[in-house]
Amino acid sequence: MYAQMVQSTGKGVKSSEDMTPEERAFQARIDAGEKIEPKDWMPPAYRKNLIRQIGQHAHSEIVGQLPEGNWITRAPTLERKAILLAKVQDEAGHGLYLYCAAETLGVSRDDLTEMLLDGRMKYSSIFNYPTLNWSDIGAVGWLVDGAAIINQVPLQRTSFGPYARAMVRVCKEESFHARQGFDAIRKMADGTPAQKRMAQDSLNRLWFPALMMFGPPDKDSPHSAQSMAWKIKMNTNDELRQKFVDQTVPQIEFLGLDLPDSGIQWNEEHGHYDYTDPDWSEFFDVLKGNGPCNVDRLAARNKAWDDGKWVRDGLMAHAKKKAAAKVAAE
Amino acid sequence: MKNEWPLWEVFIRGQHGMSHRHVGSLHAPDAEMAIKNGRDVYTRRNEGLSIWVVESNHIAASSPSDKGPLYEPSESKVYRHPTFFDIPDEVGAM
Ligand SMILES: [Fe+2]
Ligand SMILES: [Fe+2]
Repeated sequence: MYAQMVQSTGKGVKSSEDMTPEERAFQARIDAGEKIEPKDWMPPAYRKNLIRQIGQHAHSEIVGQLPEGNWITRAPTLERKAILLAKVQDEAGHGLYLYCAAETLGVSRDDLTEMLLDGRMKYSSIFNYPTLNWSDIGAVGWLVDGAAIINQVPLQRTSFGPYARAMVRVCKEESFHARQGFDAIRKMADGTPAQKRMAQDSLNRLWFPALMMFGPPDKDSPHSAQSMAWKIKMNTNDELRQKFVDQTVPQIEFLGLDLPDSGIQWNEEHGHYDYTDPDWSEFFDVLKGNGPCNVDRLAARNKAWDDGKWVRDGLMAHAKKKAAAKVAAE
Repeated sequence: MKNEWPLWEVFIRGQHGMSHRHVGSLHAPDAEMAIKNGRDVYTRRNEGLSIWVVESNHIAASSPSDKGPLYEPSESKVYRHPTFFDIPDEVGAM
């Protein structure tokens, strides 16, 4: 979800007989629930896959600051502003925890950043949708962070130690994000008729993009099997999406808003809500770079990187000069 | 030319008198900035009372393949655990 459509080996899961002794021992460790640590032997494809997945996850946290950052200076009260600022700052932290985890696999931070900036690496499709008004900020916390929690909680048990530990930290902070969003949208839903209409409109616009966060349907997710065998993906896309729908529909009803999809219906037999799938051609189009905000988001990240260069270089030069002076004085 | 800030490992001592514990890493130009960044990245919710930072390339680590030879000597010394000894019930807590 924060990592959608991560390419795997391209081949299916190897059978035990086809594995080398090293691969077999590695898989046995994973099956036994052991954590893989950076210096342990790992199949090159496991490493490559994880760099893609964790990198994409980290980029999503960073780019995800943009739609919300857009409203910090225009929050309706000082309290909401302070809360949103803290929330967005947490997302920067999440990005940093995840970049650290990726770096233990032998990729450098600058390389990851450059791959984001030139489009070689992706971030979640959801952040290519705009936040048009304050109500959208509430909806993002409620729905987007709500979906993120559903994705991230199981990843605390993922097989790669640094990734799992980063997820533990992230998950501790996420429920604040979802709750502040729900609290903000609830104010709107309980407000004037005009405010309630705004809340409904945010829900209607963000519902399907939120469902897309979990990635394409299982039947179109050819890479999932290997990732699941490696325990770098713990549940299928459709399982997580269903969980999100089941959790969110009662919240929509609590808010007194209309369901954003006429196909949502309790299915007694399955014990789940039925729902309409998002328009997957839109999803693939957004991933390709054609969403409403793809160009803006990448331009903003590139500008921040370029504008920050003199600061990065200046501080590094200062640090080197100080270190040299210290050596000279000894 | 690449001019990446070095990587630092961050250790935090929390509220309850425990030792400093590794919490993660970050990039910073020097130690002073590493501590400031460590404060922002790892103690946004009062997680710590003290921060240590050390440049990652100064850390020496044992290698996983040494696991056998490194830890094998202690495996056979079960008498190091108090449960090895049977203390009769009449003796009471010990
Ligand atoms: Fe996050
Ligand atoms: Fe969040």
